[in-house]
Amino acid sequence: MSTPLVGTTAAAATSRERFDPREVRGRFPLLTAKREPPLVYLDSAATSQKPESVLAAMDDYYRRYNANIHRGIYAIAEEATAAYEDARARLARFIGAPAREVIFTRNSTEAINLVAYAWGRWALKRGDAVLLTVMEHHSNLVPWHILAAERGIELRFIPVTDAGELQMEALPGLLADGRVRLAGVVHISNVLGTVNPVEEIARQAHATGALVLVDASQSVPHMPVDVKALGCDFLALTAHKMLGPTGIGALWARRELLEAMPPFLGGGEMIREVKLEGSKWNELPWKFEAGTMAIAEAVGLRAAVAFCEELGMERIFEHDRELARYALERMIEVPGVRILGPPAEKRGGVVAFELGEIHPHDVATVLDHHGIAVRAGHHCAMPLHDRLGVPASARASFHCYSVPEDVDALVEGLHHARKVFG
Amino acid sequence: MGEWDELYRENIIDHYKNPRCRGTLDHPDITYEDANPLCGDQLRIDIEVKDGKIEKIRHSGHGCSISQAAASMLCERMEGHPLEEVKALTKEDVLELLGIELGPVRLKCALLILKTLKAGVYGITQWPGEEEEKA
Repeated sequence: MSTPLVGTTAAAATSRERFDPREVRGRFPLLTAKREPPLVYLDSAATSQKPESVLAAMDDYYRRYNANIHRGIYAIAEEATAAYEDARARLARFIGAPAREVIFTRNSTEAINLVAYAWGRWALKRGDAVLLTVMEHHSNLVPWHILAAERGIELRFIPVTDAGELQMEALPGLLADGRVRLAGVVHISNVLGTVNPVEEIARQAHATGALVLVDASQSVPHMPVDVKALGCDFLALTAHKMLGPTGIGALWARRELLEAMPPFLGGGEMIREVKLEGSKWNELPWKFEAGTMAIAEAVGLRAAVAFCEELGMERIFEHDRELARYALERMIEVPGVRILGPPAEKRGGVVAFELGEIHPHDVATVLDHHGIAVRAGHHCAMPLHDRLGVPASARASFHCYSVPEDVDALVEGLHHARKVFG
Repeated sequence: MGEWDELYRENIIDHYKNPRCRGTLDHPDITYEDANPLCGDQLRIDIEVKDGKIEKIRHSGHGCSISQAAASMLCERMEGHPLEEVKALTKEDVLELLGIELGPVRLKCALLILKTLKAGVYGITQWPGEEEEKA
């Protein structure tokens, strides 16, 4: 088989102890590269950095066993196929699902589009409703806008409180008429860091006959996620935010749904038999994987899953939350800082903020001159910013390699920004 | 002064804090609003034209220091000039007024005023500079 994976043996030994983020950081080539000023990377919610093991696994595939999967009857093609399917199996185990129910996509956006196009077009008719939330990323809004315009479907939204949490008391009313066929909710907000009560939403939605889609783009990379414990029906995730490569993500869905849904994209590999007049679909999960998939990226994702398992998802979550708590404490020292979103105990490793009247772009530009990478803008959540009454915000976000010194540098940078625009 | 505040030269901060030609006009001959979808910056211009000249020009809206300072500088420069001159304005003119170099994201901030002005006067809705890049 291919390269030995990090974590298969070390995982059990270390998962109970806390990891040392400084040691972890040492395994990320981009973060250890010499740079002036040194890079303070605080944009992991946009994309995480990649450890050496992920880069090496992808490189090894291309150098040693690059071949197309599933059809080749020769050694390296079989090795590539085994690696690709093993990646699926490990990802599936990582989220508590059978491998057959995990479909590889380009990213979570494509996974949500798959649900909107394949399930939505098949299952929804005029007068049905889809329930979303005001804090969704555009990726869980726009596919439904397209479908709503095409099919005459009503879109409803769970409101967001001033504190940046879902207004759960509104949920029973939104579900009451029984017309909601799907509730789509982001697990962790990419702006506010709010961890949403997905289990409770699923319980109430199921009671009225609605299915539940979870956008897990920010949760699977940072906390333990088990699809059965969440009680959802669809879950979308992306590799590049969980230490893996860009270009691959996944949709998990319950088998009965995947069996019943028509395919999303047509082409090679997703068929069992093709005649000129028509074709029969392949079995799961390949029914939804048309054309040559992102093989190297699947191999990279497998190494990323192994890395996450070695550190332990509970440990990563604890680490991120502790940094967020520290950031909240330190940042309020800076006059004019206003933090968006809930208190530390209700959020993951994301801190969006405003700095007085200074535009987030200006804040980010000053920080960039200090080597500090934060995001500024609407973070693909314009309706949420409208709700909060701010045109844009700046955002710092963490992962396993982030250290308190990153927060200290940010705080110092914010003081400088105030001086420049003071 | 460190290298990091090169971008924020005194004149940019000055125009940002004390914008010229800021506000709206009650009876504009031309009024146009545009936005930068990347960051949500919004800009409106109102122009009074007399004998083919920009008699009065005002800008309003919200945005970062670069977009606000560029709007202030360009409006100040164009007031009293023939409307015809808007056509010849280029992205280099705006960068020259600002006196800095900008990366692609912040460049759009700087050019929002020019885009708004050209769209308002001539109905040209492309980002300035993009037509040359395509040619």
